Amino acid sequence: MAEFDDEQSLPQSIKLPGAVEVFANLKNAQLFAIDIGLSLTKIAYYSKVSYRKGLYENAGLGNSGERAYKVFEGNRLHFVKFETRHFESCLNFVKENLVHAERFQGKSTKVTGGGAFKYTPLLQEKLGLLIDKEDELSCLIKGCNFLLKNISCEAFEFERHGSPEYKFQKATPNIFPYMLVNIGSGVSILKVDSEKQFERVGGTATGGGTFWGLGSLLTKAKGFDELLQLAERGDHRNIDMLVKDIYGGDYKLQGLPGELIASSFGKAMSCNNNPEPHQFSEADIARSLLFTISNDIGQIASLYASMHNMDKVYFGGYFLRNHPLSMHSISYSIKYWSHGKVKPLFLRHEGYLCAIGAFLYGAEQSDKFSWLENYAGSSGFKDSISTKLGIQVDQLEIDQAENAVTFCPLLSDPSSYNPDTMDLAQDKEARDYWLQCFEESVDKFVARAIHSQPQSPTAKDRASKLKEKYINRLHYLHLQPFAYGTLTVRTLLDTIEHCMKEFDFPDPYLHQKKIENENALKHLPDRISALDKLEGAEKIKALVLGVLSGNMFDWGAQEVVTLMETTNFGFKEAQEQIPGRPWLQDCLDDWINRLQEDRPHKCAAIFVDNSGVDIVLGILPFARDLLQRGTKVILCANSTPALNDVTYPELVVTLRDAAKVCRVIKKAIKENRLLAMETAQAGPCLDLSRLNLDLCLAMVQHKVDLVVIEGMGRSLHTNLYAKMKCECLKLAVVKNRWLALRLGGDMYAVICKYERPPRKVKTGDLGKIDNGQRKICSTICIEAERNVCICKKLNEEKLTKDMNLSKKGTGEEICELEPRLSSSTDDNDNDNDYNAEDDDPL
Amino acid sequence: MSPHSCKDCLHARLMASNGYSSTAATAPQIENHSPPCESVNSMPWFGMDIGGTLSKLVYFEPKDITRDEADTEVETLKNIRRYLTKNSAYGKTGHRDTHLQMNNVCIRGRRGTLHFIRFPTSEMGNFLALAKSKGMANLVTTVCATGGGAFKFEENFKREVNMNLAKFDELVSLIRGMLYIETTNPHECYYWSYPTEESRCQKVPYDFSDPYPFLLVNIGSGVSILAVYGPDNYKRISGTSLGGGTFLGLCCLLTGCNSFEEAIELATGGDNTRVDKLVKDIYGGDYGPFGLPGDLVASSFLHVYSFGQMNSKDRRNAVTKEDLARATLVTITNNIGSIARMCAVNEKIEKVVFVGNFLRVNPISMKLLAYAMDYWSRGTLKALFLEHEGYFGAVGCLLQYNGQTS
Repeated sequence: MAEFDDEQSLPQSIKLPGAVEVFANLKNAQLFAIDIGLSLTKIAYYSKVSYRKGLYENAGLGNSGERAYKVFEGNRLHFVKFETRHFESCLNFVKENLVHAERFQGKSTKVTGGGAFKYTPLLQEKLGLLIDKEDELSCLIKGCNFLLKNISCEAFEFERHGSPEYKFQKATPNIFPYMLVNIGSGVSILKVDSEKQFERVGGTATGGGTFWGLGSLLTKAKGFDELLQLAERGDHRNIDMLVKDIYGGDYKLQGLPGELIASSFGKAMSCNNNPEPHQFSEADIARSLLFTISNDIGQIASLYASMHNMDKVYFGGYFLRNHPLSMHSISYSIKYWSHGKVKPLFLRHEGYLCAIGAFLYGAEQSDKFSWLENYAGSSGFKDSISTKLGIQVDQLEIDQAENAVTFCPLLSDPSSYNPDTMDLAQDKEARDYWLQCFEESVDKFVARAIHSQPQSPTAKDRASKLKEKYINRLHYLHLQPFAYGTLTVRTLLDTIEHCMKEFDFPDPYLHQKKIENENALKHLPDRISALDKLEGAEKIKALVLGVLSGNMFDWGAQEVVTLMETTNFGFKEAQEQIPGRPWLQDCLDDWINRLQEDRPHKCAAIFVDNSGVDIVLGILPFARDLLQRGTKVILCANSTPALNDVTYPELVVTLRDAAKVCRVIKKAIKENRLLAMETAQAGPCLDLSRLNLDLCLAMVQHKVDLVVIEGMGRSLHTNLYAKMKCECLKLAVVKNRWLALRLGGDMYAVICKYERPPRKVKTGDLGKIDNGQRKICSTICIEAERNVCICKKLNEEKLTKDMNLSKKGTGEEICELEPRLSSSTDDNDNDNDYNAEDDDPL
Repeated sequence: MSPHSCKDCLHARLMASNGYSSTAATAPQIENHSPPCESVNSMPWFGMDIGGTLSKLVYFEPKDITRDEADTEVETLKNIRRYLTKNSAYGKTGHRDTHLQMNNVCIRGRRGTLHFIRFPTSEMGNFLALAKSKGMANLVTTVCATGGGAFKFEENFKREVNMNLAKFDELVSLIRGMLYIETTNPHECYYWSYPTEESRCQKVPYDFSDPYPFLLVNIGSGVSILAVYGPDNYKRISGTSLGGGTFLGLCCLLTGCNSFEEAIELATGGDNTRVDKLVKDIYGGDYGPFGLPGDLVASSFLHVYSFGQMNSKDRRNAVTKEDLARATLVTITNNIGSIARMCAVNEKIEKVVFVGNFLRVNPISMKLLAYAMDYWSRGTLKALFLEHEGYFGAVGCLLQYNGQTS
């Protein structure tokens, strides 16, 4: 990728971002796409983001100044949204800030939106771009598909004054079919069956344009947003004729409540009657107008949905802007008219759909990667940023993930999988605690970040900006818990990592980790020989205790950090902190039974947590024991650094070093029975719906029948309730007093949760299918509880390709599992796959 | 007085005229606990539909009065009959639609004339005062009433003019009245041929003798949409609050007009394309990918963004009251048409009957609806209209009266 570098020659390409930067990375922007709407314009561009990675192998010991970095380039999508009336000044800004603006001369740029026509000459004049008009609705759908597949918590249900008001939808493996209602000037209703197949099934003339147009005639509000603000204050009951105005109460016979609007604007009918003409308040008019339009759209959408048998409808277009009143009345109307059968869904980034789509049309290869919302660079979904240009903008940044990701193949029901244990948006007590907790701990992170770059003249400055940004974000989340979708400990932790990367603090714990790993390795031979003296249940118990003790060494846990900083806290001390049994969650006996009674596992996937004692003295002996039992082991580590968690490159080195002192490990590595793999995760938590594709394939290939998840982040903040198709062991020490108490335990309470799937289909049965093609398919398909699997009856290459293309494995067919398992020939099997080809619209 | 059960008489006739044997019919009428026939037949006979905007009053003038009857008839009753039938305007706001009058009809075993009178519901106070001044309070009378006002004003009727209201559901009444009038009046049902061509467009009688199933779209202040499968088999499947009240309310705010007639008159002289935004304005011609024709005659009717030009100050300054009234009318009408069409498709019904006072003196809307049904359904849906557009609820409750107050 790029040259090796050291601390002294900080690569010039790395920018020092301000706390909030608009049009970030503009100077090396590539490939513009523009959606010029009647009221809002969205500029999309793509930039190369340079960032450094600390190199574990080259990190010297002793003098902490010796660090080696490698510069990597990542791809980032930027979307900036502003009012169309500022189009020219924004364009000027873009022009001034582009480096080598002339490189865009004559380059083709995708432009879409209602204003594309009008502003084409200006675009050509300013940037010399060749305009390639793209159909608005096609862009809209492409953008919508992209967001639904890549951005977590993109879609939500809204219920005003509900608890919670926002109900975010989890990512599911298949997003189709759905209905998309785009409320622009008019309303277009689209039915989307697959990536490529969609049609406009209808629409209506009364949309945002009607609201705006009539609103401009009836009130003095200037512009769309002022109208919305006006509506916020009004009371439609002063101007609409309600059922009770006609009936004096409810219309009981037809079940129409008195508060229902019988005739919109009905009370305005006699307003000019002499002798007393009636004046209505503009706010009341605006609110009535908003209700009129949004109720109508909701009704029409529900009629189209029932006409086409759709049960979910997404809304997009400039009318909504995530405005609570509009979302409320559309939701109410849809639920009312469809009798609750149709689910109205809104999108956090609805304003960007067309821009994203237009951009993707110009850059087809973007389709092939996985993408991730950058929490550091994106504005919250009801938030605008003031700029030096004097205008308000919203922005969205999406990073290309380094690895393609997909759902973990061992999840028992991917479509209902929710990584997070606690929803902080709903749980006010937890939210207040964690926001406070993160705010208090930020100084420690920042100090560590500065400490990691002792020779950088800018480190302090960057660190203080980082702190400012993160604290601002915490305060903002306090007010707007829904600003980035579901608020969880995971997203808060991820945000720290995004900020660290953004402000060029790659892996602040790198040095610490290296020291700890190497120290721990020195103790590994003793640890192993101590364990080898034990037998049977005692040994298994000691191994689990070892993992738990190792898990104490966590630089993310404040109380432990204090212990580690102030005392000589070692493995032995950690062991003493582990409380006596029974633990808070104690399945140890089941686990011991399992190992002793049943035949060994084929392959275990272990999701590891911290560096040092944890990985070396806890996990490695545990893995070694499994290896000795004849079980293959895949150690799964983060792809990018988070606190002192083990990263993949670090794990590789650590295993190599461990092999030098342990023959079992050495042999297993050589025989390919002990593998290190990366998870594509970049935070201390684990989202099994975005797992590295290669790891997923390996899990299938090696027939993983045991998943071990270690640590608070991975098995407590996330995945505590995750159900797997295979056996699963979750081990963690609760190193947070508040959380421990809340769970009903005390500090250092132990979670030792062992679960077996229901025994309908034995995991061992998988072994019977050994045709190469079947292997992939059937393992992915195991749905032991329901005997239904979701799979594509395709060969491995196709599967890989599809997963690559659609990341979250879209386009599955439902097929029966039983016949597949009992049948031995492929040809027969295929007959059971319904008529996949016939049904597939592609 | 009446030699036979009036209730049976009505139903036998009604059912027979719709092609049903009277035995097959089961009336949803409230059970008859043997009312004295006297009270059933005591005059005057009114049917009243008190809507959100307009109150519709149907008066049955008996023409078969026997000498005995005439002798015993009280003076007040004669006065009332004379007052109602000799005038066509009552007070400032009451009107009798003389062109709708139906002579020689049979109701509850009596022959006579049906008179159709309307006044704004906001004038209910004046109406009651007028009724009182004509001596209504001295008659022990029950008035058949439907619509929301039957509930809202029930107390007022009792207090001011000593009238009991026999209340009936407005949707049942609507269907009853509509079926009765349609079978009684030979030219009741019609459609518009060539609705987009000024010169060829005309009303054409429609044979509604095989009506079921049909969609009944009642456009009053708001809109109710019923699927009707038989004389007593219907359901309210949808509705919208964007109805006649919305049209008039918006027109009053936008143009300063004062009445429905005025609003319609303004709309007749206006051009909505100066207010709405046409698809072709935006896309400069055909909008190909989704089959929206940019330059069809249709586009000026259907492919618009209602009020889409009005966010521009210049455009706002350039439009007239007439244009705004027209745009309001077109917007409301198209919206109703669009909802009605989808309901028809969802219910698999091909005949859509539009009624309600929104259509009174409003050929623009009727032609738009006719065109929209035909265009969007590619000819499979038919928009039908009825001459007594707004009076069916009032007629229906008059027909249903069996002597009891409910």
